[in-house]
Amino acid sequence: MTGQTPALRLEGIVKTFPGVRALDGVSFSVMPGEVHALMGENGAGKSTLMKVLGGIYQPDAGQILIEEAPTVMASPLEAKAKGVVFIHQELSLADELSVAENVYLGELPRKSFGRVDWDRLYADTERILDRLKVGFTPQTLVGDLSIANKQMVEIARALTVDAKAVIFDEPTASLTDAEKDVLFEVIADLKARNVGIIYISHRMEEIFRITDRVSVLRDGQHTGTAITADTNEEAVTQMMIGRKLDLSRNVAHHELGDVALEVRNLSCGHLYKDVSFKIRRGEVVGFYGLVGAGRTEIAETLFGLRDPSAGQILLDGQALRITSPTDAIERGISLVPEDRKGQGLVLGMNCRDNMTLPQVDDLKAGPFVAEGAEVAIFDQYRDRLDIRTPGWKQLVGNLSGGNQQKIVIGKWLSMHPNVLIVDEPTRGIDVGSKSEIHNLIRDLAAQGYAVIVISSEMPEVLHVADRIYALFQGRITREFTSEDVTEDSLVRAISGLADNGGAQVA
Amino acid sequence: MQAGTLSTFLKRGAIWGFILFELIFFSVAGAFLSLSDKAFMDLDNMLRLFKQSAPIGIIAMGMTIIMINGNIDLSVGATFALCAIVLLDSLTWPIFAGLGDWVIPVSWALALLTGVLLGAINGLIVWKTGVDAFIVTLGSMLGYRGLVFMYNGEQPTSHLNWTLVDFAETQFLGLHTATWFLLAVTLVIWFLMTRTIHGRNAYAIGDNREAAVNAGIRVGPHMMINFMIIGFLAALSAVVFYSESGSVNPNDGELYELWIITAVVLGGTKLTGGAGSVISTFGGVLAIQLLRKGLGHIGADTSTVNLVIGLILIAVLYLDRQLNRKGAEELKI
Repeated sequence: MTGQTPALRLEGIVKTFPGVRALDGVSFSVMPGEVHALMGENGAGKSTLMKVLGGIYQPDAGQILIEEAPTVMASPLEAKAKGVVFIHQELSLADELSVAENVYLGELPRKSFGRVDWDRLYADTERILDRLKVGFTPQTLVGDLSIANKQMVEIARALTVDAKAVIFDEPTASLTDAEKDVLFEVIADLKARNVGIIYISHRMEEIFRITDRVSVLRDGQHTGTAITADTNEEAVTQMMIGRKLDLSRNVAHHELGDVALEVRNLSCGHLYKDVSFKIRRGEVVGFYGLVGAGRTEIAETLFGLRDPSAGQILLDGQALRITSPTDAIERGISLVPEDRKGQGLVLGMNCRDNMTLPQVDDLKAGPFVAEGAEVAIFDQYRDRLDIRTPGWKQLVGNLSGGNQQKIVIGKWLSMHPNVLIVDEPTRGIDVGSKSEIHNLIRDLAAQGYAVIVISSEMPEVLHVADRIYALFQGRITREFTSEDVTEDSLVRAISGLADNGGAQVA
Repeated sequence: MQAGTLSTFLKRGAIWGFILFELIFFSVAGAFLSLSDKAFMDLDNMLRLFKQSAPIGIIAMGMTIIMINGNIDLSVGATFALCAIVLLDSLTWPIFAGLGDWVIPVSWALALLTGVLLGAINGLIVWKTGVDAFIVTLGSMLGYRGLVFMYNGEQPTSHLNWTLVDFAETQFLGLHTATWFLLAVTLVIWFLMTRTIHGRNAYAIGDNREAAVNAGIRVGPHMMINFMIIGFLAALSAVVFYSESGSVNPNDGELYELWIITAVVLGGTKLTGGAGSVISTFGGVLAIQLLRKGLGHIGADTSTVNLVIGLILIAVLYLDRQLNRKGAEELKI
């Protein structure tokens, strides 16, 4: 490939956010007609890199070159105009419009008097859809399409311009095998037309099936590039996780109690299927999987936010139906949600009021709220969780992420739960507070709480959990204990790859 | 049948089914309850119904665009009154005295221009400040109404021009002038929303604003144009109506915005934007007018009419929600 001009090249890209060096001198190139895989764990910097490339972020240092010409990407629109096209994982479509209108959104062909040239629009779209071999017409309403077909519409959009480089971000996340084959044909077709392709995915089998080279990012740094044919899954995994973990594995040093919560064959539509697990008092159980594997949806079901379509939930050995969050709270199930600011806290309210939110009804003195009792509860948990705030009057929105998370945890502890579910406990929290939250979770287990930790960060689950359930596409693929877990087998389990050793869960 | 086709069919066809139901109900009920010996579906009665639908119907076409675009305009009633004053007052201005009846097109133009200008002010504020259209037009509703009162205090503004009255009362092919205007506006706006780039972009903006922005659609200018269109239509509605009546009270047009929004929503346009149809809005306007007339025909008073329309509106929105639910996968509230 030497001697050829790269379709796209990144040179020494640096991007820092307050407190984090998200990209630390990343260089990377794609040749015309090459499929180049970009891999890395969550938080390794892949999405930041793509946002720099797409003009959403401006790099602090380094440059982007298209066919060796330095370029500034000021906006997503400019990136597209320059031939760099994204196929996003999250769909960005207008459901009430037709396929053709979505494909040419913002660029509808024009006739006199500002009229849409429907004939040309449909003909042009038809030609693109033919290349994609899809089973719908340009006139179909996008809202009537399946997720996979919507993805095809996104891809069709990329084919409307003369693309030099196309970036696929986890394109197969919601596709069936047959649909994947079609997608790979499309990629092969683009490749034959000398388009450079960046392919982001966690799935090893796909990487080895369709890519020419693999580049790996870790902690914002480019750890290496290999020719796919000359490497293997082990070597790539090694590049991805390479660090020596300074986090010790945790094993419960205390006696475990009875089974607090058991779930048998729980299903919810196509979100997750046939999920079974149990958790004892005093135990921390980790749920590890990629975004969209069904982790959060399981938690939401346990908290009464979703109705399961099948299966049983047993609390202390008794089967029950949880119909609402109020119901869940009464039975001692608490959820610290994924989106702390959006779902966990009322940012414009003060610390005390946030802390006592679920129990104000019980803290009444006559018709009024018993403020004294509220303050007493706040003080108790401030001391117990070491929440640093000038006082209870402080607005929660002004606290640091770590202290905000402690308020949410304190809120539930004050309700005396049996089972505490923590979804992404340290998302957006700085490194120092992270370990504090981890220790807090361990302490809670030692005090006899049953804790479920949902996380997409491997070091985190390895560090805090006594047992880990690996999830892949809505199913629990494997169960690990802290003795038999290895990083490699964990990566395989959440990518849907087989592995020998470890207990296989049906 | 594909999933979703049934609910789509129900939603699109529902308003016409409802109108049919009204016609049958009031014809039958009218035969027993009505004090008049004329049938409800008498031709003259139906022609009058179209004519009476015009003032609200013309503006409702503009409101449909605004709501498909993801906005709302509460100031249309005040705009309507202000434009009516400009029309009637300018007919008597001394500088136009030498024009004779040629003053009519001049006054019409002035009134329409006023409407466009008031709409442009709304649109410009929404575009440039990013403040929600609900708040902006709530403010301008009060502001424009204030201007109406400043013009002539509590007094009505009156001027009858007999040429205008003759024009307004003409029946061409049986239909009144106002009805022709309503039909023409419906046709033009239907064409705008289904056939032009501006219209299709308005749908895209209301449906998924982020996607529209990412696709390079200039959201602000589109919104401003739509506010100018609704301003123009509010003025047109005033011009058509007051050419005939010749007298405007400072309270005229109050609550118009609510009747208009009711008609648009009954027609199936989503409050959150992105979906809606001009033809269905036409149905919504007729349905409301039929209900008012029909309940009057069987002897109900105005307060009963309002109560019934309110209940129907809530029932329609509830049905719509049931048809649109995605079933078990939806988060509960």
